[in-house]
Amino acid sequence: MKPAGYYGLPVVKPPVWTWEIPVYFFVGGLAGMAEAIALAAFSTGAELELVRKAAWVAAAGAGVSPILLVMDLGRPARFANMLRVFKWRSAMSVGAWTLAVFGACAVPAALLLQWGEGRALHAVAALLLFGAGVLGPLLATYTGVLLAATAIPVWSAHRTLLPIHFGAAALGSAAAVLELLGSRPPALSAVGIATAIVETMIGAALEIGRASVVDRPLRTGRSGNLMRAAAVLTGPLSLALRLVGARTGGGAAFLFGALLSRFAWIDAGRCSALDPEATFASQAPP
Amino acid sequence: MIGDGIASANQRTHRFVEERTPVGFFTDPTLCIGCKACEVACKEWNGLPEDGFVFSGTSYDNTGALGASTWRHVLFLEQDQSRGPQLAGPMSGGEGEDPFRWIFLSDVCKHCEHAGCLEACPTGAIVRTEVGSVLVQDDVCNGCGYCVVSCPFGVVDRRPQPLPGAGGAFKCTFCYDRQASGLPPACAKVCPTESIQFGPLDEITARAARRVEDVRALGYADASLYDARGTSVGATRAVFLVLGSPEAYGLPADPVVPTVYLRDAWTSSLLTSLVALAGVIAAFALL
Repeated sequence: MKPAGYYGLPVVKPPVWTWEIPVYFFVGGLAGMAEAIALAAFSTGAELELVRKAAWVAAAGAGVSPILLVMDLGRPARFANMLRVFKWRSAMSVGAWTLAVFGACAVPAALLLQWGEGRALHAVAALLLFGAGVLGPLLATYTGVLLAATAIPVWSAHRTLLPIHFGAAALGSAAAVLELLGSRPPALSAVGIATAIVETMIGAALEIGRASVVDRPLRTGRSGNLMRAAAVLTGPLSLALRLVGARTGGGAAFLFGALLSRFAWIDAGRCSALDPEATFASQAPP
Repeated sequence: MIGDGIASANQRTHRFVEERTPVGFFTDPTLCIGCKACEVACKEWNGLPEDGFVFSGTSYDNTGALGASTWRHVLFLEQDQSRGPQLAGPMSGGEGEDPFRWIFLSDVCKHCEHAGCLEACPTGAIVRTEVGSVLVQDDVCNGCGYCVVSCPFGVVDRRPQPLPGAGGAFKCTFCYDRQASGLPPACAKVCPTESIQFGPLDEITARAARRVEDVRALGYADASLYDARGTSVGATRAVFLVLGSPEAYGLPADPVVPTVYLRDAWTSSLLTSLVALAGVIAAFALL
């Protein structure tokens, strides 16, 4: 068979991003959703110990994330140019600002929750916690938008699914980390079960039916294998472990799967970009 | 209008930048002889490093694609006999081999009206110039790589180590430096057959439309204009005549600027955020 297009050569360019980006998707998402948990626990009057722990997880993630992002830049010394302008129509610009503001709220919030004394400082802590807690879920889901709004066929094809997928993975990861750190309120268990159910459904949705040309990297090759392994870990396996009462095992499986899943999506994007048939299918008249 | 000699906009000095006149390229493969003078002139003028001497083994084209260090790229297509006149003989001299039609096309950045790279750039390094071209400001670019995945034509790329300028995103500048000094772009200047034509955008598009008609009248029924008009890309300032389907040239039939996906994706992101936050609060309130 004659190769598609121009001697079968790729039409669009594959992502140049290296391991730092999928790890950032995992860490940043986890931090964002941990802050949402901190805010929920704080506003419903849960024990302060859990609020502090969640706020520290968020602050740590907010500290590690920019380091990962700067490491991936082609010219790391110019990292500050990320905040040179604000562009609504660039998901990366919106994301960079979201991360910056999130970090500026989450780090002092954690410090004040731990060591702040007096009513004034508590009010400031609550305010910062509110800001970071509301931005947190956006930080966890904008990464789906970041991938969706590109010329990479398999990413743009799943533009509605990706933010849900990344959001669920981030929330489940945050709950799992807090559980592994020793906080075991029933609410976290419920969050863990709910996110494992959502991930099971997403995994099934990606498996059902015949794979389109664009979806091939989700089912075949290295990216397909990674995708399936990640789907089993975050979905049915972690759900089953949680249902039999193995919260530690269920949480650990979910965390590992959520990290693997981000690598799988980047890898699938690379395969998708290299496949001219996928690009022609995604950029053709309706 | 082909062959204006020294009167051609390819050779004349101009004041397009001062006068803020939109400019364009029309690249016509029916006049291209595959000499690669445009590729060489582009490399020479812009000081582009070599980007690998790779033997493709599948065609006469070892350059392959546009990239960070290749801003003009001459495609070498071998189309089968049924597509029309201008036939070359079998390459090995064998009796059984089909003759084919040679097509050479000098590909370049399309300088889109709705440019995916420009929209995606988070630093504002990518800008629209006075003449309507899309320019990466190398002194601002921090090499985030988002433009690379945002170009529907796969034009812009990040230059790898250890090449000079490594880490930054590069693509055709439409010879902004030359144009600012009143000179035509290097590729158009050297093109010996005026297969590449440079000039004010309105003149260029009119000329391209006329040329497509002329070529069709000469018996090339599959000639069409590739200018992304009517797509989400809006229109391109580099337009091409193509014989046969654009896909054969590695050009998407209906290019899509990725910003069209933002609405669906952000709706999903905002709803997911809302549900997640409400869900967690409910879990803590109820359990």
